[in-house]
Amino acid sequence: MQPAVEFRGISKHFGAVKANTDVSFAIAKGSIHGLVGENGAGKSTLMSILYGYYRADGGEILLDGQVQHIRTSQEAIRLGIGMVHQHFMLVENMTVLDNVMLGTEGGFKLAAHRAETEKKLREICDRYRLDVDPLATIHDLSVGAQQRVEILKQIYRSANILILDEPTAVLTAQETESLFEILRLFKEQGKTIILITHKLQEILDITDTVTVMRGGRVIGAVPTASTSKEELANMMVGRPIENNLPRAPYKPGAPVLEVRELQLQDKQGVKLLRDLNFTLRAGEIVAIAGVSGNGQSELMEILSGMRLPTSGQLDYQGKPLPFAGRHDADGLPLAFRELGIAHVPEDRLRDGVIKAFSVMHNTIFGYQDKLKNRWGLLDFKAIARRCADLMKAFDVRPNNHDLSIGLLSGGNQQKVVIAREVLAQPRLMLVGQPTRGVDIGTIESIHTQLLKLRDEGVAILLVSVELEEVRALADRILVMCGGAITGELKIEEFDTTRIGLLMGGMHKS
Amino acid sequence: MTFDDLHIASILVSTVRNAPVLIFAAMAGLFAERSGVIDIGLEGKILASAFVSAAVAFATKNPWYGVAAGMLVSVALATLQGYVAITQKGNQLVAGIAVNIAMSGLTFVVAQYFFQQGGRTPDLGSARLFDVVLPGSDAVENIPFLGWFYAHLIGGHSVLVYLAFLLVPVVHWVIYHSRFGLRLRACGENPHAADAAGISVERQRYLAMLIAGVLCSFSGAYLAIVQSGFFLRDMSAGAGYLALTAMVFGNWRPFHTFLGCLMFGFFGAVQIQIEGVELPVIGRIPGSLIQMVPYVVTVVVLAGLMAKSVAPKALGTPFVKSR
Amino acid sequence: MNNHDLPRWATAFVMPVLNLLSALLVAALVIYMLGESPAESLGILINSAVVNPEGLSYTLFYASTFIFTGLAVSIAMQAGLFNIGAEGQMYFGGLGLTLAMLAFDSSLPWWLLLPVGMLGAALFGALWSFLPGYLQAKRGSHIVVTTIMFNFISASLMNFVIVKYLVPAGEQNPASRAFADAAAMPLLNQWLPVLGETPLNISFFIAIIALVIYGVVTTRSAWGFKLRATGLNQHAAHYAGIRISKMIITVMLISGALAGLGSVNAIMGSTHYLSLNFVNGAGFVGIAIALMGRQHPLGIFLSSVLFGALIQGGFDLSLEKPNIPIETFIFIQGLIILFCGAMENFYAPAIARLLKRKG
Repeated sequence: MQPAVEFRGISKHFGAVKANTDVSFAIAKGSIHGLVGENGAGKSTLMSILYGYYRADGGEILLDGQVQHIRTSQEAIRLGIGMVHQHFMLVENMTVLDNVMLGTEGGFKLAAHRAETEKKLREICDRYRLDVDPLATIHDLSVGAQQRVEILKQIYRSANILILDEPTAVLTAQETESLFEILRLFKEQGKTIILITHKLQEILDITDTVTVMRGGRVIGAVPTASTSKEELANMMVGRPIENNLPRAPYKPGAPVLEVRELQLQDKQGVKLLRDLNFTLRAGEIVAIAGVSGNGQSELMEILSGMRLPTSGQLDYQGKPLPFAGRHDADGLPLAFRELGIAHVPEDRLRDGVIKAFSVMHNTIFGYQDKLKNRWGLLDFKAIARRCADLMKAFDVRPNNHDLSIGLLSGGNQQKVVIAREVLAQPRLMLVGQPTRGVDIGTIESIHTQLLKLRDEGVAILLVSVELEEVRALADRILVMCGGAITGELKIEEFDTTRIGLLMGGMHKS
Repeated sequence: MTFDDLHIASILVSTVRNAPVLIFAAMAGLFAERSGVIDIGLEGKILASAFVSAAVAFATKNPWYGVAAGMLVSVALATLQGYVAITQKGNQLVAGIAVNIAMSGLTFVVAQYFFQQGGRTPDLGSARLFDVVLPGSDAVENIPFLGWFYAHLIGGHSVLVYLAFLLVPVVHWVIYHSRFGLRLRACGENPHAADAAGISVERQRYLAMLIAGVLCSFSGAYLAIVQSGFFLRDMSAGAGYLALTAMVFGNWRPFHTFLGCLMFGFFGAVQIQIEGVELPVIGRIPGSLIQMVPYVVTVVVLAGLMAKSVAPKALGTPFVKSR
Repeated sequence: MNNHDLPRWATAFVMPVLNLLSALLVAALVIYMLGESPAESLGILINSAVVNPEGLSYTLFYASTFIFTGLAVSIAMQAGLFNIGAEGQMYFGGLGLTLAMLAFDSSLPWWLLLPVGMLGAALFGALWSFLPGYLQAKRGSHIVVTTIMFNFISASLMNFVIVKYLVPAGEQNPASRAFADAAAMPLLNQWLPVLGETPLNISFFIAIIALVIYGVVTTRSAWGFKLRATGLNQHAAHYAGIRISKMIITVMLISGALAGLGSVNAIMGSTHYLSLNFVNGAGFVGIAIALMGRQHPLGIFLSSVLFGALIQGGFDLSLEKPNIPIETFIFIQGLIILFCGAMENFYAPAIARLLKRKG
């Protein structure tokens, strides 16, 4: 029997970045196939090509043994490919029925087609035990139910190949089990499922075969039964990772940050952070490793004062952080800065800089009230001097502080942000994805800078999806998955398989 | 004048006759905003179509040609707004304000140029639209209350009045029970979802603006041809903004918006009647304070103190494909 | 449209000039269709508004008011807020000014009356902008709709107040009594007789001082830094510890106060009483000025003078050419708002292509 989907030599690049290189593997019809990898492995790109969002630069895709040119997502849908995205494409104030009908209404008058569609939907729900009321309004449904609506949409459009992108990120354990039941039913009906995930337990629980990708290539394509979680973890992240940067001996000082039972729930009740417990001491770098989207960003937002936690105890230098009595975080980051907490945000263009402002203005961003004279005016002479020193020390190019920062390269922008935060002489530094979008030469200088801070006694909390970076900088590593800390290692214990397991949600057991 | 002199009957009739200006404009705004485009430019479209319809009706001695001409102009303006909002992805609020101010000036200037009557058009005389007299109105004329109710409240209004009132259920049906309306609402709430479903968000929004242009033109034609018989400078007197208010007040839903229009029509009618009337306890209420009430009510609604006002989610955000 | 890719000289000078020229081109076309020569009309306008000393005086007199309303809209715009309510805020500011004058104009000397009047105007203007600002900050109520509502409310309210309380007994004119002579802004024709019988007064210099303060505050103060950050990127502003809700309310208060101050020139400089609808569209001109002048002090000044010239020259032009009534300039105002505001990036792609080809 022909495989449902076969990739032959797929390649795709975006500028200099090679997102997919010579990807080849096949997916059998009527199977559940897992696609595993860390951030940047190339899984999303590959699926986007299958779904018609991108066109591959090289290679071909075969469906049922026939070469197909999938140019648009409309074509993909026609060929029977359906995709359930991480961010649902639903209109919240319309019913399930209307959402499904959108685009395929069957005529100017909705009434006739509505009755017919409702009947069909109920049939599908029965057959696959989807438990969704077609007449319910989307915003009344739980997140898990909304996901089932997305699945329902694909089935209604006669999808035979269903792609699910990190489906369990927003589900409870129970909802995950329900989802898997549904997927097994699909399999029984002869449908093919591609499950994109980084959670190893899911791979083991439900998939028949699995492909592991890393760095845009296929590392392994194996039947699930014949592999183990260690092997998977190894394939996912395993590679020789060296550490060459010099650092002072590890002598952590007094605790700077103590986090106890930190919880965060969003408005829909989804648990974003579950019972986090950790301590950060002066003079150490604790790195939080893990695939993005597992609560790391939210953790940084809370620790920097940009967001309020739902509950938990957070002590900074022995005293509770000033969350008490607040009902929103408006203006709170200022208080955190005054306490000596600096923050290099993950998304520097959205949060960290004002693109239209000059480099010089960005060097005081967040600290503007500290540099004003008694008339409230900024002392630009002093600021310019400060900026010049900063640009020299951190080698920011081009050396023109009047340029708007949007014109600088990503690496130089990042240097400005880091320099600014370092200059504030913080006790605690929160650093998120410091080398994202940064060229190799700058990466090393940023790493050196962070190590220097650590040697000087600053406590640093680093969030990074890049294991190379974690290896280079961390004294201790905490791995997060699903909003919780799945495990902790000292740097001497660095082991890619172990980390891969923890990143994949396998708690230390 | 005493309280007894307050003619409730004429207030009710006036309400019915005031409402259509707002109803047409509000329904127009509804289509635009439900698709995701803010339409602050209702006022300008009303003025433009008021002038053009009065001018053409006068020139051709045919009110229907006037209505048609008004429609063309209003659609042109709506298309311009659409171009700015959808293709240029510019500031929709500014575009609307620009249209209003530009039309306020231009209508006067062109009216002056053609008619030399101080920026107004000549009286249409009898070249106005016909009134709908219900059958048997004469017969029931003398029956107390019911006679008045049948012949003067339900019947006896201009044909455009009936069009306005009948428009509301039609708009409701189109928005909630037609394919066009479904796609329209999707574009206004989650254009990415609409796009993923294969709908052209840009096309849908342009169509919505087209419809808004057509509907809004009736408001102007009604003002000029039916209510006054001529065009006068700035005769819309804020009707466009009131229609917008009714829409916000009505939570962007056709029937509730209609109720809002009736409310404003009612206050307008009361204001004229109540000038100089001694009310029990309160004494005389100046017309200007009554005039204020609809606007105060809107601020209260916007403050979320009455029901929560929920605008279409993607309102005002130009659509940029994410891939 | 990402015009951070274009060099500053393109976005700060070339595009605004192109936009303005586009508006004027359309205007010229309309004038031509009205049967007049655009060149000749322009000549009459320039002659009346700039060349003739009395005309220039009127031009600058109007500009004095426009600078304030332009500043009001500009400062709110820098925070990302579109304050359409300058019209109502100036109107209500006029009430504050009037109440202060009616209370004190027989007891205080002129050098106290003037600042007291200004204070009253600013206070009442701020009062009128406070609620829209508060509702936007705390309840998310869209400031455009609320300020438009407040414009209408002020029109009705002021009608009521003037007619019921301020019109002196026996008078027909819907206006308050005239203020004492001491409550008059010193006219500039005292020192420059060439200006003739024109109302240009020291408000002009007060307006310039306001422009300078605005420029210094927005570009050199810590608060101005935070203001502009809020308008450019609210996420980042939150990251930087700026209290967004406080900023919104504060800037709206200042905006209202500035709009209120616009009434000082009109009333204490010219009429010396509060009359119905004395604002006469100045608040809306402020919007055009803020957009055309790109919220820059020099831009605001030049735009205000331009609009002053349009009003003054337009008035004389309408006398000479009945086919071009003053309402034509309201139309031009709308065009400017369209091209400089809604279509401000219209020429960006063309300029980008040109630059790419050269470079």
